[in-house]
Amino acid sequence: MNLIKKTMAAVLTFFFSMSIWAQTIDASQRSDLNLRAGVTEISNEVYDLHMLMFMVCVGIAVVVFGVMFVSMYLHRKSRGVKPANFHESVKVEIAWTVIPFIILIAMAFPAAKTLIAMEDTSEADLTILVTGSQWKWNYRYMDSGIEYFSNLATQREQINNKFEKGENYLLEVDRPLVIPTGQKVRFLITSDDVIHSWWVPDFAVKKDANPGFINEAWTNVIEPGVYRGQCAELCGKDHGFMPIVVIAKSPDDYAQWKADEISAIETAKAEEERLLSMNMSMDDLMANGQKIYLAKCAACHMPNGEGLPGVFPAIKGSDLALNDRAGHIDILLNGRTGTAMQAFSKQLTLSEIAAVITFQRNAWGNNTGDIVQAAEVHAYANGQ
Amino acid sequence: MAQEEYQKYYVPEQSVWPIVGAVALFLIAVGAGNLTIDITNGNEGYGQWVLLAGIVTLIVMVTGWFRNQIHESMSGLYSDQLGRSYRQGMAWFIFSEVMFFAAFFGALFYARTIAIPWLGGASNNAMTNEVLWPGFEAVWPLLQTPGGIESTQMGWFGLPLVNTMLLLTSSVTCHYAHVGLEQNKRKQLSWMLGLTILLGCVFLGLQVEEYIHAYDIGLTLDSGMYGNTFFLLTGFHGMHVTLGTVILIVLWFRVQKGHFTPDNHFAFQAGSWYWHFVDVVWVMLFFFVYIL
Amino acid sequence: MSTATETAHHGEHDDHHHHAPAGLKRWLLTTNHKDIGTLYLWFSFIMFLTGGAMAMVIRAELFQPGLQIVDPNFFNQMTTVHGLIMVFGAVMPAFTGLANWLIPMMIGAPDMALPRMNNWSFWILPFAFLILLSSLFMEGGGPAFGWTFYAPLSTTYSSDSTALFVFSVHIMGISSIMGAINVIVTIWNMRAPGMTWMKMPMFVWTWLITAFLLIAVMPVLAGVVTMVLTDKYFGTSFFNAAGGGDPVMFQHIFWFFGHPEVYIMILPAFGIISHIIPTFARKPLFGYASMVYATASIALLSFIVWAHHMFTTGMPVAAEMFFMFATMLISVPTGVKVFNWVATMWRGSMTFEIPMLFAIAFVVLFTIGGLSGLMLAITPVDFQYHDTYFVVAHFHYVLVTGAVFSIMAAAYYWLPKWTGVMYDNTLAKWHFWASLVSVNVLFFPMHFVGLAGMPRRIPDYALQFADFNKWISIGGFAFGLSQLIFLALLIKACRKQGEPATSQVWDGAEGLEWEIPSPAPYHTFDTPPLIK
Ligand code: HEA
Ligand code: HEA
Ligand code: HEC
Ligand code: CUA
Ligand SMILES: [Cu+2]
Repeated sequence: MNLIKKTMAAVLTFFFSMSIWAQTIDASQRSDLNLRAGVTEISNEVYDLHMLMFMVCVGIAVVVFGVMFVSMYLHRKSRGVKPANFHESVKVEIAWTVIPFIILIAMAFPAAKTLIAMEDTSEADLTILVTGSQWKWNYRYMDSGIEYFSNLATQREQINNKFEKGENYLLEVDRPLVIPTGQKVRFLITSDDVIHSWWVPDFAVKKDANPGFINEAWTNVIEPGVYRGQCAELCGKDHGFMPIVVIAKSPDDYAQWKADEISAIETAKAEEERLLSMNMSMDDLMANGQKIYLAKCAACHMPNGEGLPGVFPAIKGSDLALNDRAGHIDILLNGRTGTAMQAFSKQLTLSEIAAVITFQRNAWGNNTGDIVQAAEVHAYANGQ
Repeated sequence: MAQEEYQKYYVPEQSVWPIVGAVALFLIAVGAGNLTIDITNGNEGYGQWVLLAGIVTLIVMVTGWFRNQIHESMSGLYSDQLGRSYRQGMAWFIFSEVMFFAAFFGALFYARTIAIPWLGGASNNAMTNEVLWPGFEAVWPLLQTPGGIESTQMGWFGLPLVNTMLLLTSSVTCHYAHVGLEQNKRKQLSWMLGLTILLGCVFLGLQVEEYIHAYDIGLTLDSGMYGNTFFLLTGFHGMHVTLGTVILIVLWFRVQKGHFTPDNHFAFQAGSWYWHFVDVVWVMLFFFVYIL
Repeated sequence: MSTATETAHHGEHDDHHHHAPAGLKRWLLTTNHKDIGTLYLWFSFIMFLTGGAMAMVIRAELFQPGLQIVDPNFFNQMTTVHGLIMVFGAVMPAFTGLANWLIPMMIGAPDMALPRMNNWSFWILPFAFLILLSSLFMEGGGPAFGWTFYAPLSTTYSSDSTALFVFSVHIMGISSIMGAINVIVTIWNMRAPGMTWMKMPMFVWTWLITAFLLIAVMPVLAGVVTMVLTDKYFGTSFFNAAGGGDPVMFQHIFWFFGHPEVYIMILPAFGIISHIIPTFARKPLFGYASMVYATASIALLSFIVWAHHMFTTGMPVAAEMFFMFATMLISVPTGVKVFNWVATMWRGSMTFEIPMLFAIAFVVLFTIGGLSGLMLAITPVDFQYHDTYFVVAHFHYVLVTGAVFSIMAAAYYWLPKWTGVMYDNTLAKWHFWASLVSVNVLFFPMHFVGLAGMPRRIPDYALQFADFNKWISIGGFAFGLSQLIFLALLIKACRKQGEPATSQVWDGAEGLEWEIPSPAPYHTFDTPPLIK
């Protein structure tokens, strides 16, 4: 009897110290051990729910394993115990059916409450259409013309262990999503090809991007800052390489950013006009084309242009790249529906498309000598 | 349960048929897989030959295996208990078939009551319709897909109704064949079974007609969810009717050879269960694919 | 009961078969449940090593950040085929093998009800996995879309070999269905006189229910792979919104199969543990009846919880809530089982032979896995856990330290009955302790990296996860090597090196299988025993 009391005490102490330990993890900090509490009200609620669940589970585990280990210690043959012979007890059995059931009901209430709050996307201040595609994100602000792609920014050499890995290795993008703090931002999430999942842990937002359907999620960030996440649904070869970066700016900074973006769009348009009437030299086209190729195309067609046999076709020696100039322009502008080859007309400017086509037609022994200028791409795009 | 008087349970000795069957399935899987790949890539391949070899092997296996079993059964090796094993095995097999069809019916229900309304903006999907599929209207049958493919509805009145009648009648004839067997009226058995087979064949013929009609009026396998569910459900059903008819034909020949007695006719019973099952699936199909 | 006649051909075997089978033909043509059981068990072990070798590739790549050993496409193939092989090639056949060996002996039947079909069920499997594995060598590689093969990654965007994947799953399904039919019919129809339902050994009960689950859901899997096939190759659009389909529909159909599938992999384990604990506690199983009802409730509930794998797919909130509550409910009957085991141990007279050690490890570690499952069931929090290593930790706890540990416990427990000799106890101790330590080094830190935000199915990761991943990999290699001890032990036992075993083998063992000699004669219970 004494021993049982002692064990009970030990069990309780353990349970108690566990909960102290859990509390000492600073909730707002990023932990390598635990969920992060995040930067929104919802994410904090989720964190609390997680800790509650965790403590309940630890509690149950401690009780069950405690009893079991006590029994293993006390009721060993080597201690000369004779086995008892009982093998049922309706009372006990009812108790351990009903008690867990009550625990579950107690957990169900807060869970349901948080869930309902999370799924309520009504009355948003700002709506952003988030589109996943292999393997990048596209953001479109529904209230303004702002729209851009967001690609992994980590250098290939870091991934291949040639360069030292940076601090935000694999969690950095060329153009992060920018949102205002203190406002309810609604995300409309969809995909162009396979299923992706848009996940930012600090917001406790993870929603699948299903092709052909739009899912909704929302956040309301308290603190300005940079928040990083990743695609969370297997989406093919480079699933591990499509991070998400969100910058939350104070409403004033956000307004400034928005104004800058809109004027940048104007400048880009003018620049595009200018380039259209210009003829680039082969060297410029090739240099530029190579850069674009490595950034946008090499993920599938491989840096050496050989593709992945059976999955992504080679450009090196491809009939299209050697002989079919119109087809080449077409596939870049429009992609090929029903395959991973996406339309690049929105991702690249006309001159960039011209450059990458020229590059493909002259690199890796594709010595066609063809020069494709922006004007030609423009003509093709408008001639359709 | 085995409380009754004890009869020895027959445990067969070694048999080559299972391994032959395994090889057959292997060849079928490899062949069908390669054939599918070759067709889509437009390649000449060896897939169809492997598939064919597999099917032939399977037929050889089934024939050999059943011949053994018929022989054992006729020489009185089988106890009632074994008969029960067979019957229960057949019942569970049919249950598995039911679940196979359930997957396709499930797809049909899901598309009709969930996916398509959502594409039309129902439930939490208002934006899906507004942003991605503006102008798409959710109706069933889905004669215009969100992607813009158009097709035509199949009426239930003509051929399908006739086919329903045919199959329902065949269930009745099949039942009377069984009654004939149980009451040892061999003539009734033989005729009724023959009639069932005939009805099955006519059904299949009309089904081919129905498919030709569907393609004529523009409902094809690739014309969206309506065409998909229509062809896969009726198609798999058709395959089952074909199999059922073959089984019945085999049974008919066995009847001619004087097989089966009023109280020992597992094979016949299995075949007739299978036939009834195929009928029930059709009725469901007629109701959910054609009428509703 | 007939034993020992004609022992001449078979040296140490009791064998009264007329044409004593020998050589390769014995294994190819056999209709004997013990032979087929042995085949299943060895096949499953080979698959475990194969799938394990793939896990080693995964762990080697993840040993440190950066891409070093394999390219991402191949990594995905390894993940996918590892999952498929472990589930369909290792765990399920192992349980079927145990069913074959044990069910007829436990219920006093001469063999399985349909012995030839039994052989067919087995021999399909090596061929099915041959197809699956050889697709890895095709141009474009084998399946790379995860063992869950979500459309449209598995349809429009998959490599050509997908058709082979589909057909190999089809024939695996045929094999499982036939195996399950055989088990049900055997149990239903072949019990010895007097063995009423509520006298049936727990392993038999759990397998009966498992077999029912198999027959109910394997055809659904066959249906969904068929739709994948037609979507990819024949222009249908089940999983394509443009044609009125829905990629999420794939997930509904898949998980309608997939969730019961995970219970298919744990219910027989529950049965095994319910045999081992009473034996070594020398005390009857506590709450036999409630064990039976709990198993049945788990099986029934398993049909209505599938969408807990899909909380992030954007279901309406009412559906999310329904699936959350239904999932939480499963903890109740599972809890009943755990409590019953503990109560069985309570005031017993325990000894800790290897099977018991594995059984105890099972109870503790499975419960940890079950509790993390309960955390996953809480929808709002699952949004954070989903598709991270927290999930990977959960399912390896229930699968490796659950299902696989139970299989090892079973192997040690019945091995003397199968081979007639005691296993090598030194090797066994090494195997157990090495496995126990390394498996936790392997899978426990996965909880941490998962919570800290590491997604699953990625070949490379952010720097903050580096430390734990190193430990996980080290644990993985150690756990892998520990299994080689088991291999050595099994080979030794099969070559009959060891102390001869008595027929009861263990002090406290009860049940028909312990009443026949060790090794079990080739044919047992030609005449059924009478159960009092
Ligand atoms: C053997 C296999 C097995 C088993 C038994 C389980 C058991 C359970 N699983 Fe698990 N699960 C998997 C295999 C398994 N799972 C796999 C393979 C996946 C991933 C698939 C993939 O995506 O690849 C998965 C994924 C998975 C998810 C999806 C996670 C995600 O992707 O986001 C969820 C969510 O609810 C879940 C829940 C549960 C629950 C609630 C149980 C319950 O059955 C557990 C019940 C047990 C206990 C709770 C412990 C003992 C009970 C007590 C001691 C009683 C007292 C307790 C209380 C009443 C609180 N599992
Ligand atoms: C019963 C099922 C089962 C079992 C037993 C295992 C066993 C193991 N699993 Fe796995 N696992 C799954 C089922 C299982 N797994 C599933 C369903 C998935 C999901 C797949 C998906 O996402 O689609 C998964 C995914 C999965 C991942 C995640 C991959 C990813 O998301 O990218 C990882 C990563 O560490 C992993 C590791 C391991 C390890 C180290 C073992 C070890 O226990 C294996 C130990 C065994 C051996 C190692 C073999 C024996 C030894 C040799 C052959 C000699 C060679 C040894 C050395 C060189 C050391 N598994
Ligand atoms: C996500 C993967 C992916 C990316 C990124 C990608 N492609 Fe492709 N590409 C494909 C696939 C898949 C095909 C094959 C399409 C088919 O089957 O018709 C293809 C085909 C092509 C072809 C035709 C080859 C032939 O011989 O038919 C060209 C040219 C091409 N891509 C150029 C590009 C360029 C230029 C870029 C970058 C700006 C690019 N691709 C980026 C996947 C990709
Ligand atoms: Cu996109 Cu994973
Ligand atoms: Cu589940």
